[in-house]
Amino acid sequence: MKYVDEFRDPHKAEALLWQIEKLCPILEKPIKIMEVCGGHTHSIFKYGIEEVLPKAIELIHGPGCPVCVMPKGRLDDVIAISQNPNVIFATFGDAMRVPGSKTSLLQAKAQGADIRMLYSPLDSLKIAKDNPDKEVVFFALGFETTAPSTAFTILQAAAENINNFSMFCNHVLVIPALQALLDNPDLQLDGFIGPGHVSMVIGTDPYQFISRQYHKPIVISGFEPLDILQSIWMLLQQLVDNRCEVENQYNRLVEKAGNKVAIAAMNKVFEVRETFDWRGLGDIPDSGFKIRSEYAQFDAEHKFTIPNLKVADHKACQCGEILKGVLKPWQCKVFGTACTPETPIGTCMVSSEGACAAYYKYGRFSQVVKERETGKERVKV
Amino acid sequence: MCLGIPGQIIEITDANNKLAIVDIGGVKRQVNITCIIDEQHPPENCIGEWVLVHVGFAMNRINEKEAAETLRLLQEIAEVMSTG
Amino acid sequence: MNIFSANSSANSLFQKIEQVRRRRSKVHDTNITLAHGSGGKAMRDLIDDIFVSNFDNPILSQLEDQATFNLTSLMQQGDRLAFTTDSYVVDPLFFPGSDIGELAVNGTINDLAVSGAKPLYLTCSVILEEGLPIETLRRVANSMQAAAKKADIQIVTGDTKVVHRGAADKLFINTTGIGVIRPGVAISAHNIQPKDVVIINGELGNHGTAILIARGELALETDIESDCQPLHDLVETILDICPEIHAMRDATRGGLATVLNEFALSSNVAIRVNEQSIPIREQVKGVCEILGLDPLYLANEGKLVVVVGRENADKVLSAMQSHPAGKNSCIIGEVISSPPGIVLLKTIFGAERIVDMLVGDQLPRIC
Repeated sequence: MKYVDEFRDPHKAEALLWQIEKLCPILEKPIKIMEVCGGHTHSIFKYGIEEVLPKAIELIHGPGCPVCVMPKGRLDDVIAISQNPNVIFATFGDAMRVPGSKTSLLQAKAQGADIRMLYSPLDSLKIAKDNPDKEVVFFALGFETTAPSTAFTILQAAAENINNFSMFCNHVLVIPALQALLDNPDLQLDGFIGPGHVSMVIGTDPYQFISRQYHKPIVISGFEPLDILQSIWMLLQQLVDNRCEVENQYNRLVEKAGNKVAIAAMNKVFEVRETFDWRGLGDIPDSGFKIRSEYAQFDAEHKFTIPNLKVADHKACQCGEILKGVLKPWQCKVFGTACTPETPIGTCMVSSEGACAAYYKYGRFSQVVKERETGKERVKV
Repeated sequence: MCLGIPGQIIEITDANNKLAIVDIGGVKRQVNITCIIDEQHPPENCIGEWVLVHVGFAMNRINEKEAAETLRLLQEIAEVMSTG
Repeated sequence: MNIFSANSSANSLFQKIEQVRRRRSKVHDTNITLAHGSGGKAMRDLIDDIFVSNFDNPILSQLEDQATFNLTSLMQQGDRLAFTTDSYVVDPLFFPGSDIGELAVNGTINDLAVSGAKPLYLTCSVILEEGLPIETLRRVANSMQAAAKKADIQIVTGDTKVVHRGAADKLFINTTGIGVIRPGVAISAHNIQPKDVVIINGELGNHGTAILIARGELALETDIESDCQPLHDLVETILDICPEIHAMRDATRGGLATVLNEFALSSNVAIRVNEQSIPIREQVKGVCEILGLDPLYLANEGKLVVVVGRENADKVLSAMQSHPAGKNSCIIGEVISSPPGIVLLKTIFGAERIVDMLVGDQLPRIC
């Protein structure tokens, strides 16, 4: 596949690793890099990137999985809407297994809720048109990459006057989350790998505060293995040169100003919520979108009575520490024992791109090898 | 986060509703192209273009020159490694 | 005294009625009703018209409550029986490259074949939802017969049940099969040893992808067809050249990853496969990239995973490649001793990662 296979070429990967290895000794200390985005976490594990990197580089897996950060209370709201007998509830597949305080959408479906898994929110408009006597609700979630698709779908519903359609809006924003992370005194990071597809929408300017206020380098990165390796190399070069800038490795897709059409659609349909509760991270001001009152008829929060309760995270779960990069997944007390993909306690274990699930699925082996090499106690696999 | 995949626009199916067919490794799907068109760049100009597809939307055009440039740079360091 | 002999014209009328009563009837209804499962005439007509005439063989046409066959002829073909059962509930019933009928025959043939057995006889039980078009059932039965004929096996007994509308989804099929294993063959997931080689007979994921697309909800368009095919002849070719096959399984639901995990756990070995050697069609890769799926977990219906000692690998591979069902066979990995019970994938960088069992269904994802 064009623009995919070229960026997985093992020979070029080897060359990048060779460059990275040359820079490590100059830095004279272990380097901690956070990949903010769950898509990067997924690629890192899928291709075994951590294992080929020099030991001096440690990757910290950040909070960039929109499914993982969805708090239990919001999922309870989702499930309550889906259980309404007149509702056809449409969602991306990712959200199906995420547990609320009692149950998940998958279980709600088994108990009789009409839940459909879709690839595109636009497809839910078709369901609404085909089922005029039902209320169709779409579970809109994701970062700024996905938010424009929700906005366009609402604009189209308005244009076509589709009255039996609404969206339950849970879009979250990367920049306020990064700010919250950077304000955390526990956090010890040398630099960031920035989210490529979010940046394709919002551009590179919104990251300037990271270099200016917090003096950390960030490289916006693509998702193929060569993209990630090149971004790590670029970060190390910044560190060697004592620079902290916003750099763009993914310039085949990301422009400085982002995508104006997408930004305009988001501004038209959404306003920023005063605060949004992130699982593990708690309330972060200005970190989510809600649907503007002009489009209230397409807002499921207006159309349905929802429990709207805040539910505390499980006590044993250390998702918060993991999302902040303070703990590695395998350092959590319940990782791999009480908390597994079959019986997830925290959402980091539920979504396939959650840091814990990715570690459980792909990373256990390399962790065993690493522990053996360093002579530390072997983690339980 | 945000699974996106490059595809090539091969047909405009509905210029009014901004719908086109993309080809992704031989798989075809209808996508919305609102994000990649404007007055200077009408739908008919999109045919043959490579875009990033996310949840049924063509989110951005792929800059072929920049992609080639990235690969050229990587090729260069690979050659330096081989000769060095 | 015979009651018919009293009046000769009445006699001939009764004889006519009796002839009609015994004649094999056609089904005239357009849809399945509860009557077709009630045990009466409607059911008999359905069975006669759809199944017996179609599957036509001397054992079935006895129409006893069971099929009986001669032990001596079985014993001439081998020294053990293989016996297996499987139910087919695929939705949609017809999909690119195959349908539920062919699947129900080939699937059970393959479950027998991977023990090294020559499949001989199959049963066919159907559960029909009230309202199912008779034409649909006829198409499925025709397809079962075509598959049975192609594989040279016989469908020798069966059962028909009809349930209320909504109590089942259109049509479910169960097939149970019997085959005979030739002497000297001992294939088992427990026999795998370090240094063994893993071979697969072609590209992965076609069936799972074809079904996913045929459901239509994802609105993707491809020309991927199911790989549904019988594997017993390929297995026979392999065993002719090398009876010492260690393990063999068809990679159906759960895909290659699941079979390899079962192998690794059963034999307490590690299996390391090479990502670059695993054959996957470009379009299947495309679908996986779009939906965030892993092709290693996609279902297949004609893929054989063979584990064989290194010394026999070359001859087994070339025997497989010479067979139509194995043209694209290739070596995808090897068995190592540690870590036991674990399947490893060597990624394109030469890095390794675990390929685990699937937890639930693979769900399409956006992130």
